[in-house]
Amino acid sequence: MQRFLKSIQLRELLRPLGQMIAFSLGSSAVLSLIIIILALILDQTAVGASTMARFKVSLFSYTIVNLPQVLIDGLTLGFVYAAIALGYTMVYGVLEFINFAHSEIFAIGAFVGVEILIALKGREILSTEMSVGNAYWWLILALLAGMAAAGLAAVVVERLAYRPLRGAPRLVPLISAIGVSFFLQDAIRLIESITTGQFHRIIPTFGNFDQRLTFGSMPLGAGSISLGVQIKSLIVIIAAVVMLIGLNYLVNATKVGKAIRAVAQDRATASLMGIDVNHIIALTFLIGGMLGGAAGVLYALKFTRIDPFVGFFPGLKAFTAAVLGGIGNLTGALLGGIVLGLLETFAGTFMSIFTMGAAGAEYKDIFAFSILILVLIFRPHGLMGENVGQKA
Amino acid sequence: MKRLFTLLSVLVIASMALAACGQKPTEAPAPATEAPATEAPATEAPTEPAMVEKGTIKIATQSPLSGGQSSLGVDIKNGAQLALEQLAGPLTEMGFKVELAPYDDQANPDTGVANAKQIVADPAVLCLVGHLNSGVMIPSSEEYHNAGLAAVSPANTNPKVTDRGYLEVNRIVGRDDVQGVVGAEYANSLGVKSVFIIHDKTAYGQGVAEFFKKRAEELGITVAGFEGTEEKANFDPLVTSILASNPDMVYFGGIYDQAGVLFKQAREKGYQGTFMGPDGMDSSVLAEIAGEALVSGGGMVYSTVSGPASVYPGTAKFVEDFKAKFGADPQPFAAQAYDAMAICLKAIEDAAMAKGGEMPTREEVAKAIRALKDFPGITGTYTFNDIGDVTSAKYFVIKVVSADPAKWGENEVVQTLDIAPPSK
Amino acid sequence: MKTLGTFSQEMLRRIQSGYMPYLVSILHALVGIYLVYTSPRSNIAFLIFISSLLTLYTVKTSAAYKVTAGVLLAVVVMPILGVRNIFYLEILFQICVFAALALGLNIVVGFAGLLDLGYVAFYAVGAYLWAFFGSQQYYVIPYAPGTQPADLPFLLPGDMFYLFLMLAVIIAAVTGILLGLPVLRLRGDYLAIVTLGFGEVIRVLANNLDKPWNITNGPQGITPIQRPTLPPAVVDLFNNTLGPVIGHPVKASDVYNVLFYLMALLIILVIILVARRLDDSKIGRAWTAIREDETAAIAMGIPLVRMKLAAFAAGASFAGAMGVMFAASRTFVSPESFSFMQSIGVLTMVILGGIGSIPGVILGAAVVVLLNLQVLQGLSLYLSQLRQSDAVIPIINFAWKNLSTQLDPAKYQRLLFGIILILMMIFRPAGLIPAARRQRELAVEESGD
Repeated sequence: MQRFLKSIQLRELLRPLGQMIAFSLGSSAVLSLIIIILALILDQTAVGASTMARFKVSLFSYTIVNLPQVLIDGLTLGFVYAAIALGYTMVYGVLEFINFAHSEIFAIGAFVGVEILIALKGREILSTEMSVGNAYWWLILALLAGMAAAGLAAVVVERLAYRPLRGAPRLVPLISAIGVSFFLQDAIRLIESITTGQFHRIIPTFGNFDQRLTFGSMPLGAGSISLGVQIKSLIVIIAAVVMLIGLNYLVNATKVGKAIRAVAQDRATASLMGIDVNHIIALTFLIGGMLGGAAGVLYALKFTRIDPFVGFFPGLKAFTAAVLGGIGNLTGALLGGIVLGLLETFAGTFMSIFTMGAAGAEYKDIFAFSILILVLIFRPHGLMGENVGQKA
Repeated sequence: MKRLFTLLSVLVIASMALAACGQKPTEAPAPATEAPATEAPATEAPTEPAMVEKGTIKIATQSPLSGGQSSLGVDIKNGAQLALEQLAGPLTEMGFKVELAPYDDQANPDTGVANAKQIVADPAVLCLVGHLNSGVMIPSSEEYHNAGLAAVSPANTNPKVTDRGYLEVNRIVGRDDVQGVVGAEYANSLGVKSVFIIHDKTAYGQGVAEFFKKRAEELGITVAGFEGTEEKANFDPLVTSILASNPDMVYFGGIYDQAGVLFKQAREKGYQGTFMGPDGMDSSVLAEIAGEALVSGGGMVYSTVSGPASVYPGTAKFVEDFKAKFGADPQPFAAQAYDAMAICLKAIEDAAMAKGGEMPTREEVAKAIRALKDFPGITGTYTFNDIGDVTSAKYFVIKVVSADPAKWGENEVVQTLDIAPPSK
Repeated sequence: MKTLGTFSQEMLRRIQSGYMPYLVSILHALVGIYLVYTSPRSNIAFLIFISSLLTLYTVKTSAAYKVTAGVLLAVVVMPILGVRNIFYLEILFQICVFAALALGLNIVVGFAGLLDLGYVAFYAVGAYLWAFFGSQQYYVIPYAPGTQPADLPFLLPGDMFYLFLMLAVIIAAVTGILLGLPVLRLRGDYLAIVTLGFGEVIRVLANNLDKPWNITNGPQGITPIQRPTLPPAVVDLFNNTLGPVIGHPVKASDVYNVLFYLMALLIILVIILVARRLDDSKIGRAWTAIREDETAAIAMGIPLVRMKLAAFAAGASFAGAMGVMFAASRTFVSPESFSFMQSIGVLTMVILGGIGSIPGVILGAAVVVLLNLQVLQGLSLYLSQLRQSDAVIPIINFAWKNLSTQLDPAKYQRLLFGIILILMMIFRPAGLIPAARRQRELAVEESGD
């Protein structure tokens, strides 16, 4: 019995890791292939000529040289989206409603984490010269604090603004969530601006997170392109992977996880089986909020500056990712995040070259949405979603 | 239905009671049509502190006080508020009560226009400071024009704002078609051969960027790329394109919060050229975000009309006072809002003096603004031309000298240009 | 407590019987008019006045009386009061615009149950349609935004506005069908995200179609946009007949405001009529069936594709017409007006008012617009006046002046709005005036339909 349990646990740890590697490699390969073929086709046309004129290289070699960096950047972004998307998907899976306030939960996590780091920097505990090991410990502390605060906030929001609406028409909690979103944005703004007069925060520089590990460089025209990854990007990816595996384990290999799945499948029956539904829903919000909070701190680490409205766009993208993957499906959220991150980065980098400057990086969101619509036309329940039919 | 009705009746009764309890303290008792406060007797000597209350003068501000753009919008209000508190003295001595009426335009044209109508319906409002967004200013100023209410803009650089030639619409900032040109001229004088232009897809950022591009092309500088982006955080795709074309300069048309993140990411990935931007870069927060990125490699320069302390000593005092009152460094356009308010106050004062200390009309105030000659503000010396642009504006190109935000004030002027706006 | 309850019920019963309803509604309207007329800038007076329409709607009187009184208030009294203080006219106009949008969205969300998170896209299509053809933009196409020469001619005369009002209905409907076609297989929230994406696509296109050809002028927006011509005689007529009541000469710009207000009112009337007829028709019943249970609806032989498309087209067409009106009344359009938050705002109105209920949706639009433009703004102005005065909070003896600059009430309107939304949803989850399908069905039977 003991060994049986152990083997299950190991499988639940390895399976998501395998999925992540497969998804990352798979979607990178597919997108790279498409872009390379496109480059080969267009190389002999006016597009190739204009690239030649601008960069003194052929379109094909321009694409090949830039491709590795684009893949690295895209995957980093993808894991950030995936971490936020999991919060949406958890809540959706259980309650079937879009938690619009999730982007503010994300912001709360980011602010708490960054405030702690700022306070530490103020006491001169953090500095650029400090030992690398200590820097990581403090970062993990900030990450945990952000998770705790965001998780708590999510539970409180659920209790005050969503629970009284259980059983109301489907769109009612949606509006309540919008109300919560407005409220939290301004509440963060109020709290943050009382102390300093400003409501944005900038993550202090410490440790070696801004360093870039370079793997070498490739010649491009007159200059050369160096290929590398920043340490903070690596941290983002690793942290996201750990969280995803942890969540997967929790949902698929523990008793609580079983209860969550039961509530998601049929609330009434789950309740008859002796599951405290309210308790489980609160727990879902706690987990979703914690993931969002961690994503917030990671986001601040990667992109430096945060403000109370910071959650809006990543939230929107993550929601898109969740739907792309098949909303309510954890694996789907992961895949959706990775695909969306890659798509956006590909579009942002290559769109301008392939359209000869007519449509540039500003269309990357449109591009991502168009792909979403295309995917949904052929797979109406997302990439991984199953057609479970209409829920009564 | 019944409950609704009960609710309604209670509401109505309560509001009637409220209405009966008294008008709001500043409610002008006269209907909108009457000339405000004509019943106030004129004092013989306007210099003496008059004891007679001659009525309330309100100066409205409109800027986004909530939402994503509120950090700039709130500081426009705060800058104006500071000016009102510091400079309303002469009007108070004449016996007027001067008040600020801050409105939140939510960066939304609908709200801006509705507020504008509310503002013009209040006869006590004699002048307006606003807006942040040209997209809100243009439709709202139609209302100011219809009502004859003078508006002084601290931030709208879009040429269309003044090109309509309204008497009431003025601005103290440079026009896009001047500032972009200043940037390109400076880039040329640095010997820049190629430039990558990025803008934030707002009327302001794109406006400046378009004119920078136009002038740069005329000067023979290669434009290696021209991209707009609404992105606030992840500039990886753009940085890849920048590195691929490796230009001598990256010009960012927009506000510091986006620019800082972009500059930082570009440096981290190994870009070594010069960064440049318009007056939206003028904030110490830029140094806080981008840090070393501003001084390493080719460094960073920005163009602005708001000169450093060495040229305009008032600026340093303003920054100090602002920090004392609001607890933070002023954002871009806060100093301009201070000046816009100062111009409003001065014009009202002039108009009142010309009338022997009586309450001036809106039209008199609007004309008084245009009649100002070399008004000494903290960000420049202002005389308006016949469409409401400043006749000749001093432009500074300023180089960032330190990555430390506390040393932002020490940034060095590398070029000074006097440029008149294109006449219509 | 119980006696109080029975007492108030008794009072209500009395108010709702005999001639009392007439008296109450007339009294309310008269008090409102008097207050607004005597203190033209008081927010409370205006709220009392505008709520008299709600009283009129609530009381039990004959339909003829309601219609007459309603028309009198909306078409005669409101313009007069509005010209005396154009801010009121603007509020009324915006209520009309958003009520029309909310009614359109109500067809999609309320009747057919299709969650649309990108509804302003159709509004944008209408607005940009007239903005392009009713301005100089056609001649600006070769120039980058802002660099075009001055004094370009207009493409079309301003009176083509009326034609484009009709055209926009068709074009927006076609856009609705184009969006609907590929996404019909989607259900529930998948549809929601696609419409959200579509809304963003339209906004981003409006923001970016300034290159390679400058069609929308990008973030700079298009201005000036023409309005239909207004013969000077109309202004004179206005002044001659209503001059004494208004008390000051009316300018052409004010008459334009009245004109657009009346036009918006007319469009709303059309929308209400169409929406009611649609809801009572075979199509409306098909929508209800789809909303309640899609699978069952297919099983009953309802042509799902056509019905969903009809909902999209009907909803979109109204938004298109309002877009044309918006462009002409503002003489300016820019992408900022068509953000995702705007779509959410309209959705809020629908759900707040009562999803599926026509009067509810109108009330929802009125409540949100009033809250946003008047009540919260007025409150924050009032507080900021207190801060500049010597007023003191009595019991705790706290001077308003000492309030921290960071607690400035002007900055936190949205916070209040958020709280109001949450409370409203918790205490009235079915909306302010819930849809009373059963009640309406009875009424239909009586009228011998």
